[in-house]
Amino acid sequence: MKADVVVIGAGPAGLAAALAAHEGGAEKILILERAGEPGGILNQCIHNGFGLHRFGEELTGPEYAGRFIDKLEGTGIECRYDTMVLSISTDRVVTAINPRDGLFTVEAGAVILAMGCRERTRGAIGVPGDRPAGVFTAGAAQRYLNIEGYQVGKRAVILGSGDIGLIMARRMTLEGASVAACVELMPYSNGLNRNIVQCLNDYDIPLYLAHTVVQIIGRERLEAVVIAKVDENSRPIPGTEFRIDCDTLLLSVGLIPENELTRGAGIPIDPRTRGPEVYDNMETMAPGVFACGNVVHVHDLVDFVSAESERAGAAAAAFVKSGSPAGEELSLIPGDGLGYIVPQKLRKSANDGEVTLFFRVRRPCPKGEIVVTAGDRVILRKKRRHMTPGEMEHLPLKRELLRDVNEPITVTLVREEA
Amino acid sequence: MPFSSASICPRRPLRYQQSLPRIYFRNTVITLYDCIIIGGGITGCAAAYELSRYDLRILLLEKENDVACGTTRANSAIIHAGYDPIPGSNMARTNVRGCAMMPELCRRLNVPFKQVGSLVLAFNEEDLAHIRKLYDRGCENGVPGLKVLTREETLAIEPNIEDEVCGALYAPTAGIVSPWELALALAETAARNGVEFAFESPVTAIERSDACLTVTTPNATYETRTIINAAGLYADKIHALIGGTGFELHADKGAYFLLDKNQGKLARQVVFQCPSEKGKGVLVSPTVHGNLIVGPDAVPGNPPEDVSVQAESLAMIRAAACRSIRGIDFRENIRNFAGNRARGLSDFLIEASPVDARFINLAGIQSPGLSSAPAIAEEAAQLVAKAGVELTAKKTFIDTREKIVFKELSREQQAEVIANNPLYGRIVCRCETITEGEIVDAIHRPLPPHTVDGVKRRCGSGMGRCQGGFCGIRVHEILARELNVPMEAIVKDRPGSYIILGETKGGAV
Repeated sequence: MKADVVVIGAGPAGLAAALAAHEGGAEKILILERAGEPGGILNQCIHNGFGLHRFGEELTGPEYAGRFIDKLEGTGIECRYDTMVLSISTDRVVTAINPRDGLFTVEAGAVILAMGCRERTRGAIGVPGDRPAGVFTAGAAQRYLNIEGYQVGKRAVILGSGDIGLIMARRMTLEGASVAACVELMPYSNGLNRNIVQCLNDYDIPLYLAHTVVQIIGRERLEAVVIAKVDENSRPIPGTEFRIDCDTLLLSVGLIPENELTRGAGIPIDPRTRGPEVYDNMETMAPGVFACGNVVHVHDLVDFVSAESERAGAAAAAFVKSGSPAGEELSLIPGDGLGYIVPQKLRKSANDGEVTLFFRVRRPCPKGEIVVTAGDRVILRKKRRHMTPGEMEHLPLKRELLRDVNEPITVTLVREEA
Repeated sequence: MPFSSASICPRRPLRYQQSLPRIYFRNTVITLYDCIIIGGGITGCAAAYELSRYDLRILLLEKENDVACGTTRANSAIIHAGYDPIPGSNMARTNVRGCAMMPELCRRLNVPFKQVGSLVLAFNEEDLAHIRKLYDRGCENGVPGLKVLTREETLAIEPNIEDEVCGALYAPTAGIVSPWELALALAETAARNGVEFAFESPVTAIERSDACLTVTTPNATYETRTIINAAGLYADKIHALIGGTGFELHADKGAYFLLDKNQGKLARQVVFQCPSEKGKGVLVSPTVHGNLIVGPDAVPGNPPEDVSVQAESLAMIRAAACRSIRGIDFRENIRNFAGNRARGLSDFLIEASPVDARFINLAGIQSPGLSSAPAIAEEAAQLVAKAGVELTAKKTFIDTREKIVFKELSREQQAEVIANNPLYGRIVCRCETITEGEIVDAIHRPLPPHTVDGVKRRCGSGMGRCQGGFCGIRVHEILARELNVPMEAIVKDRPGSYIILGETKGGAV
């Protein structure tokens, strides 16, 4: 089978990318989705707050996904559900299976990777203790609660203050459970401020910053956790331990882009984002293979996933017509104070306009200046306030500033005393 | 009064029966078993398999709800070559023989096994002397192919070893295996050959008479001509039920790291360290599933039920492993676990109890118990014969086991199995590429799983990097559907390890 564009994943990234590829003139577009329906993780995010940037209104996750799903009609975009992609190759042959079609391959003009991310687990953070039932990643518990309709426990502790954990603190409370504490290793939260206010403060759930779970207790089902304060190196401080009896521990300790297919194809991965390296048009280092959304870097808001994915979709359609854009390549390097930067490379182009750089700061920065340099030349300075690791920063960069640049571009955060 | 198994078993044990008609009377089963095996770990399962070759009535009693729930599921997963045990010991004899049996056994029973070989690293003169001693010992034990390698030879076959290595003992017959899959395959094959299994059946009493031995569990009472005590960490307690003394077991706990498959190629063989003043050394090894395993430590005198992992253990193991292999990225850890080994005997105890020749102890089966299990089982069968049970070979002994492992098939074979059964076209566990077909098949085999972890041990679902974050719910649903029970009835592992409380206010959709 052949297709102009194959999109892997029908979550927010895949849907937006497919629609943009259609608008860009790609004809045969095929979305392969492993779940039984489109929408991805949005389907279990039944709280509101989605779409403020994009639609100027607060939607629930399913509503936000619905706006895109509705648009599929009449486009001729084909979706195959229950379909797992087993491999992709750099010459864009996609091998997949599902119960209906069996094993099949698609020769694609362009491929868009939109597989999203997965949650970090207990193993990844190495919490000591017993291994009872009742320890869930926040997303798994959210699925039990919101999709399957089951309550996972009566009394919960949340480890990590990522957004899913915060949302689940409120959700568990509304379903009649008590949430004893939210425990965060860092001295600040990685979640959105609005979620701390609306999900913890409004329900009097204490947030323990610079604390962690040092012991999980319970042979069959979780019985208690032991919590301790940590020092500046995140090491537990002996003598500060206290115990909280609970039957549920939810982990909200980070998300990891899901790039097993990408790695399998030999496409270079940025160790900082754990996603593929991409150009400014969201093309990976494999020509004609694009990537967008949380598979590239973990976003804070779905609105930005949609925007990024539309760029990927449009670029994929353009690739099918005329190949990768020409242009001299520049590397982008995250300097001091930045955790990562996307895109990792950009192509200089004759047309003016803007390229937006996305990054996260490593530590909260109340007041600082973002400095873009090429070699020893500063090409842009931008003062900015209230930067936190929980929120993705956007930095528009005029292409005309890059005309004479030939060296790698470094973006640095210079802190200013507040 | 009509006979009813329900009236005598208020809580029926999970049981697989081949199709033998059973008659219960009050609290006593009329059947006279030829042998009752106590314990469904690797030793008990191997004994069940071995005895199932013969025309015998055999019952295996297990206190947990599945086989392989104790030491068997939490160990290094190594088939040792046999240079460690003292020459002339039971350990030496059964280890070398067991290791030799393993490739063929695993092939026939479709158990993941790889004969990757092992290295004991030497970093100084003292270590070199130690590996020469192991070499001599191994030769005396009859271990084939042993070789003392130079530094260059060592680095040539294991490139990621720390530079300071100055030599190694190479044992080509050592291997890696999936211990719980081996135990399951042995048990399942035994069941196909007519061995009965009763789970959640801890033995609480054993009475002796001239005619038979009577074994009591909370669910039933059974009569048997012989008993094999394969109760692992509890073998001393079971022996004490007939007044047996002479050995006392305690648990040594060992913790491990299991790292992502992206670390699995850092070691090609099982890499051991020499014992030193810093400790007995930890091993770094690939697993048959492609991960990297690192551990264990040894915490003596542990309560046998406690398999918790402590931060100090992990720190020690991490530091020790870095002395063997360079560049292990512990951020790629996907799971820590710990298991207990039965310590207290310097050699395996493979003999009839002095109290009663019909009671056969297989006790103190610590490392290398996994490697030795098939050989121990052969000897156990001979002890059963010696106790007066005639061993007549079955005419129709099933000695192979078919199992579809989807991800190991070629693309053509994959297309074919999906065409035959569409459930193989639905991936449930994304990380390990496990299909719904494999899970449903496992649930309908002899000795079916009833728990999410039971499915994990049989199919590998949830063993990957997301640790069941995505597939746990799907496995939960499939179990409930296939066993026709409510979602709330499915537990993670042991009874009481419930996953969900019940429906939310609005109920399930």
